[in-house]
Amino acid sequence: MNNFNTDKIQYFAIAGSIVFLLFVILLVRNKKIKEEYSVLWLFFGIVFLIISLWRDLLLLISSFIGIAYPPIAFILILIFSIFLILIQYSVIISNLKEKNKNLVQRLGLLEHEIKKLEDKTDKQ
Amino acid sequence: MQILIIVPAYNEEKNIIKVIESLKEQNHFWDILVINDCSEDDTSNVANSFGKAEVIDLCSNIGIGGAVQTGFKYAQKHNYDVSVQFDGDGQHIASEIPKLLKPILEKESDVVVGSRFLIKHEGYKSTSYRRFGIKIFQVINSILIRKKITDNTSGFRAYNKNAIEFLSKNYPADYPEPESIIILAKNGFSIKEVHTEMKRREEGKSSISGIKNFVYMVNVLLAILMNSIRQKIKIKKSI
Repeated sequence: MNNFNTDKIQYFAIAGSIVFLLFVILLVRNKKIKEEYSVLWLFFGIVFLIISLWRDLLLLISSFIGIAYPPIAFILILIFSIFLILIQYSVIISNLKEKNKNLVQRLGLLEHEIKKLEDKTDKQ
Repeated sequence: MQILIIVPAYNEEKNIIKVIESLKEQNHFWDILVINDCSEDDTSNVANSFGKAEVIDLCSNIGIGGAVQTGFKYAQKHNYDVSVQFDGDGQHIASEIPKLLKPILEKESDVVVGSRFLIKHEGYKSTSYRRFGIKIFQVINSILIRKKITDNTSGFRAYNKNAIEFLSKNYPADYPEPESIIILAKNGFSIKEVHTEMKRREEGKSSISGIKNFVYMVNVLLAILMNSIRQKIKIKKSI
């Protein structure tokens, strides 16, 4: 039991980060994600790649912010990144909602105007 | 002096005729604009068939705020001097409109709100729960804008040209009545309340009831507080 190989998880973490980064890059290349919305994904992908390559970094971070158990520092970074990306979505959705509202209003006003013009030409 | 009555309507086929009729009965020179907020019933046809009101149909439901704002955009485009917001559900009384118009025409105020609570009376009765909510808005809004507004949720209002121009760009979408009081006051518009009678709803149920009441209160309070910490919007006043 004691010769448990902790290197294994490192290989998985490196492979996972690289696959994740490639996946995001592929989505951007195929225009499934706009560049500006891929920034946070790519940034955190790189952060996770760095953490998996440089294992001591996690120890440094946890001792710096006073976490006794280093994996918690990792979970913390993960949760923080997800929060940030979700907040970004709220911003994007709010922005889209405002634009959508303006479009619906403009469309209603224009349709009304077209109807008025049609009525006018019908009378002539 | 051109006056536009903005009537937001969502699924009001049973009320809208009476509303338009009562507005026309007043025999004033005002125009009536019904904004049909993508009703599922026959509101649009019913309002149109009457021939006494202009009807704008919205292709998606964008809520009362968005619907009323469409009216402000229309008013601004067609150069109306005054617009009156008048609910399509029949709770506002057309013969009370002159009370709203008077302070605007006399250039006494930019915005006039018809209030149910300015004078104690028997006309409008509501549940104690509801009255509690109204009281909270009263206190909070009054503190925030340093002026007592008794009926923050009233949708019976009149606006002058400057206010129309401002609101066509900045009308809140979610809880427009209490929010717009804050936004308007914050941006230097004068608000005056006048006492007006209102009826109870004739057909259908109000959109606010039960547990939704509580959620509504929390959301409105949040929206009000957020608006109060927002920066003043830069505007050009035409006069």
